[in-house]
Amino acid sequence: MSDDQLDLVFGALADRTRRAILARLAHEDANVGDLTALFTMSQPAISKHLKVLEQAGLISRNRQGTMRLSHLEAAPLKDATGWLADYREYWSESYARLDELLDSLD
Amino acid sequence: MNVTDTLTIETPGAHAITISREFDAPVDKVFRAMTDPELIARWMGPKYLTNTEIVNDARHGGTWKLVQRDPDGNEYAFRGVFHGEQTPELSMRTFEWLGMPGHVSFETLRLVDLGNGRTRADNVSVFTSQEDRDGMATSMESGVIEGYERLDEILEAL
Repeated sequence: MSDDQLDLVFGALADRTRRAILARLAHEDANVGDLTALFTMSQPAISKHLKVLEQAGLISRNRQGTMRLSHLEAAPLKDATGWLADYREYWSESYARLDELLDSLD
Repeated sequence: MNVTDTLTIETPGAHAITISREFDAPVDKVFRAMTDPELIARWMGPKYLTNTEIVNDARHGGTWKLVQRDPDGNEYAFRGVFHGEQTPELSMRTFEWLGMPGHVSFETLRLVDLGNGRTRADNVSVFTSQEDRDGMATSMESGVIEGYERLDEILEAL
């Protein structure tokens, strides 16, 4: 994933509502009406969030009859969390090793 | 993630990263493990990285260097200079990843005695631009960390 796309993904994930939308879509595709019903937010506000998620590649939107269904795209999410995990894991793992070392020192 | 892990990573302001962690050992022991090159080699970095070179000349103006090698043979080298004598209360140094030369940050490390033989290590890194900081820390921004646990749930549900 390019840095630019990572920026978009992290930007999209920085918002609580957008994370909640993704959690909802992880279970099942949904249209904007379903999502508006779920959150205490106006339809235009939800549409705006969906646009941000779509630009980040985190969801795709397909027309089905008169409905436009949002679908979770897992790949960029997995890339982002894999990359995200790196720094935290670096220190988490280093310090866990330091714990062991400290135990073994006199 | 280990529930007893007291690691916290934050990004106050636009140019800083802070990392704090508690250890079940007294200050002098933690200080020794963080300054003796032979001991540093035994814990710095995840297990898949091998520490191939460690220099820690903890005098004013002394240099430090760390070279880590991954299983594919790629090497990651970091270096910098100490400012003032390195003590448990305060150690100050510059930090530069040679993969991105010229993007130098300044780091302080303070070991705080928590009593009962416990110590907290407080690291602060300050970068000269928000871009440099974010390059190092995008993943550590609090909003993202908060999202991280949520994401685990999402990924599990896939």
